[in-house]
Amino acid sequence: MSTAAALPLSTAQSEVQNLDRGKVGFVCLILTEVALFSIFVTAYLFFMGKSQTGPYPADVLTVPVWGTICLLSSSLTAELAVRSLRANAKARFQLWLGVTVLLGAEFLRQTAIEWHKLIRVDGLTISTNVFGTTYYSLVGLHASHVVIGLTLLLLVFALGLSGASLHRHERRVELLSWYWHFVDAVWVVVFTVVYIIGR
Amino acid sequence: MLQFRLLGAFLFFSATVTAQPTHAIGNIFKPLATPAELVSELSILTLVICAAVFLVVAALLAYAVIRFGYREGDSRSEPPQVYGSNQVEIAWTVVPILIVFVLAMSTARITSAVQDQRIPKDAVNVTVIGHQWWWEFRYPDLKIITANELHVPLSTASQRKLTYLTLLSADVAHGFWVPQLAGKTDVIPNRTNRMWIDPKEAGVYLGNCSEYCGTQHAKMELRVVVDTPENFEKWVAQEQQRAPAAESADNQRAFLRSGCIACHTVTGTPALGRLGPDLTHLMSRETIAATEVPMNANTLRDWIKDPQRLKPGNKMPTIKLSDTQLDQMVAYLTTLQ
Amino acid sequence: MASVPYPLDKGRGAAAKRAYSWTRFAHEWVLTVDHKQLGLMYIIIALLFFVASGLQAAVIRAQLMYPDNHLVSPQAFNRMFTMHGTTMVFFVGMPFIAGLANYLIPLMIGARDMAFPRLNALGFWLTLFGGILLYSSYFAWAGMAGQGSAPDVGWFAYAPLTEKAFSPGTSTDFWILSIIMSSTGSTITAINVLATALCLRTEGMTLARMPLFVWMFCVVAFQILVALPPLTAAQVMLLLDRFLGAHFFDTRASGDAVLWQHFFWLFGHPEVYILMIPGFASVTEIIPVFSRKPIFGRAAMIGASVSIGLISLGVWAHHMYTVGLPSKANIFFAVSTMLVGVPTGIKIFNWTATMWGGRIRFQTPMLFCIAFLFQFLIAGLTGIMLAVAPFDWQLGDSYFVVAHFHYTLIGGLLCTLFAAVYYWFPKATGKMLSERLGKWHFWLLMIGFHVTFDPLHFAGLLGMPRRIYTYPPGRGWEGFNYFASWGVVIQAAGIAFFVWNVVDSLWRGRKAGNDPWDAWTLEWSTTSPPPEYNFAVAPIVRSSRPLWDLKHPEDPDWKYEQS
Repeated sequence: MSTAAALPLSTAQSEVQNLDRGKVGFVCLILTEVALFSIFVTAYLFFMGKSQTGPYPADVLTVPVWGTICLLSSSLTAELAVRSLRANAKARFQLWLGVTVLLGAEFLRQTAIEWHKLIRVDGLTISTNVFGTTYYSLVGLHASHVVIGLTLLLLVFALGLSGASLHRHERRVELLSWYWHFVDAVWVVVFTVVYIIGR
Repeated sequence: MLQFRLLGAFLFFSATVTAQPTHAIGNIFKPLATPAELVSELSILTLVICAAVFLVVAALLAYAVIRFGYREGDSRSEPPQVYGSNQVEIAWTVVPILIVFVLAMSTARITSAVQDQRIPKDAVNVTVIGHQWWWEFRYPDLKIITANELHVPLSTASQRKLTYLTLLSADVAHGFWVPQLAGKTDVIPNRTNRMWIDPKEAGVYLGNCSEYCGTQHAKMELRVVVDTPENFEKWVAQEQQRAPAAESADNQRAFLRSGCIACHTVTGTPALGRLGPDLTHLMSRETIAATEVPMNANTLRDWIKDPQRLKPGNKMPTIKLSDTQLDQMVAYLTTLQ
Repeated sequence: MASVPYPLDKGRGAAAKRAYSWTRFAHEWVLTVDHKQLGLMYIIIALLFFVASGLQAAVIRAQLMYPDNHLVSPQAFNRMFTMHGTTMVFFVGMPFIAGLANYLIPLMIGARDMAFPRLNALGFWLTLFGGILLYSSYFAWAGMAGQGSAPDVGWFAYAPLTEKAFSPGTSTDFWILSIIMSSTGSTITAINVLATALCLRTEGMTLARMPLFVWMFCVVAFQILVALPPLTAAQVMLLLDRFLGAHFFDTRASGDAVLWQHFFWLFGHPEVYILMIPGFASVTEIIPVFSRKPIFGRAAMIGASVSIGLISLGVWAHHMYTVGLPSKANIFFAVSTMLVGVPTGIKIFNWTATMWGGRIRFQTPMLFCIAFLFQFLIAGLTGIMLAVAPFDWQLGDSYFVVAHFHYTLIGGLLCTLFAAVYYWFPKATGKMLSERLGKWHFWLLMIGFHVTFDPLHFAGLLGMPRRIYTYPPGRGWEGFNYFASWGVVIQAAGIAFFVWNVVDSLWRGRKAGNDPWDAWTLEWSTTSPPPEYNFAVAPIVRSSRPLWDLKHPEDPDWKYEQS
């Protein structure tokens, strides 16, 4: 029974835009990443205080104030970059994006310095005790996400410099900024768990 | 001379009644200790409820299938299109929730009764240590260390006697399961689990390791010997003794020099290894290597000659021994009552 | 067919046909991003892995046929059940449901493709490579970097058996890495499903009018997003333990074996619903069509599906009743597990009520649905038995559990998958599958399934633990095992009929036409097979059964539906 011809047909040219699929897809990705980080945070909380031998958190951890300031303000600059792009202010966009990249890189540099001290001076590695195991895995997981974000930001920066018209891809750059905000929000949680609660 | 000795040993031990397990079939609905009884009670209630639900729903399903099939000659038009019914849907939401409520209450009661039981001071304490792929049993108060066969006292209505088991693992996760005595409890490294039993019928109960633990998980059987109070006393007295002085120095030397002492203990001798089962009272055990193979001179000889044959992949190495050495070792070991 | 606005061929004239060689064929399929082709590819690899895993099951049952059997070594046996379980869950179940989702969702919502076609392709190839990686472990024979060969730690790989100390060599690493690849593929499918369902519905299709098939896949997608990360996280932690000396699960250095179990089952329980709900989704579309009535209680079906999705995240420790958690924890999980049975029961009632008062046609898709209903009812009830913590202290880790989950997976899921294949095969290929061969397939498979798994419940009740490569006589298990093993032969015969059916029908099956089943959802309004673009112009819908409205203008659904 041929029914196809008789179905009422949509007069719209493209499908009805219920929601933006890029945003929906991205929220889904964030959801799954949140679940992933939650497990590492849970493991960290579970093993808190269970190390049989040192070094212990209170002995070797110092609160990374400068790194945190850099990372959190990079969220602000990222937002400013997106707004500039929306307003098609190319130079301002490049500036704020560049500052974001620098701030993110500084955060990573601080992490590297901290890890260098922990490994060389304090003798804390991932296999030393469960504090080492959970510390390096949680902070490392976060840092790896920062690296990915930074790489993508740098890529966009380079594309902008090379003259590509990024205004057309404003939605995509916005999604990238959401990723960056997510990474910062995760840092707030990691920071609280590791350096405030755990110490 | 040696042959006569061996024959004598063989006849002696095969004449001994190898206690056939009186409770080889672990029927969970034939419980013989309080934890298993509590579980069985709840299980039967659960089965009855589930059976009732099944009968009702399956009957409705069967009726629907039989009654509402399209038959030749039926009207070709579509049947009345029914989209739902609030009353019916509420009813079949509420009734299951009520059933869940009843089942949940019973579950809570029995779970607590088993897990939160207070252990009396006169309970027999046993520390169970799971190894790949054998069981170590220590009685800390009685200063006994043995393996693979767990002796516990009978508990009667007039004289209630609990055995309190502390479960530890030396390597990976195992499970302690003797169905007629209690539900299973896992034996996990870096964790202490506890359970209790009060067997109400004397006999030999069979069980298994219930958590996959590697190559020979299948041959890590449990054998629980429930003794009358008198027999239990006798067994304890026997186990508390050190190994008898060796009758034949040659035979004992064969044992002490073949590498066995690296893993095994025979109290009163230089053999102090802790990796394998304690052999001090080896011959008091009815079976060998945590399997159902009966313990006698022949099976012992076969085992020592090639442990990988009975339990391929197990951790006892195959040591090259001459026939003489083997005979001497077996002759010595068979004296360890 | 003259009024059909879509051209049936892909616009290839005679000249183009001449140039269409084998290389072009392979090139098209390897590089495709079309949801229909990817969907079919997912299903094809699922069926291939199904055969491989079925052979492993046959070896298991052959070894267990007799007590003290020596057909295979304990090491080989342990690899068999590990690979069987791992393959069935990650490389048969997950790809099959991904295939169903990818093929049908755009067609059901009037869209041209999934939201992210290239991502879709990535997901497929990751899944396939994961499966290839897992099976390549067989070639990492002993001698290569220590003990190689296939993983033998069980499909749930409890710690610390999986630590380097107890599993030296590479087999566990193959297990970890292949599943991480498969999980990434599944996550991609989940993101795609949600974005497609939320953003690409055709005009008039509000969420309330979206087919229940798509609704249920949205629930599954949400579960995948939330439940797969615990597994991936635990596997990454295990890799850190094995390669960098970390101590997450290393019990000899303060690590915790139970933590692995918590993380695994946080994934593992929702996973079984992830596998099962697509089965529910299929029968929810098929039963109404073959009963000639709409689904009974549409809103309740949506509510029940969402409830299952949410509650299933809070029941995981019913796999851990024997671990020694405090009694309060065991009671909590017993209650939550029983509660998740309520919405599932509601669904069974709704399906039955859909059939009630209908005019049921007993063609093969419906036969599988009816078998599913009876068998899933039993499986659900044995599940309630397992939910009762003390009962589980006896039943857990025994053959009762093995029987229960094979009842849900074969008696439940596999029946729904075959129902889906018989139902949608005509749409995908333009040919009908043979009813005669279908009935042979159905009856042989069902009889064989019952011959194997009904007795195994009793072996469990008599104390037979699972994952044992052999057992002694005299424990009461011989008879059940012997009988059960014969069922394999019968099931294999059933599957053989299925394969013959597919091959024969592809070659000379009856032409299907657009709508061979007289159904009501949008996929039946386009050709069989659909053109690459699915719909020349997107249709408008006014109810949840747009084709019913069309065929019955005197009594359309939108008169009765609220929205």
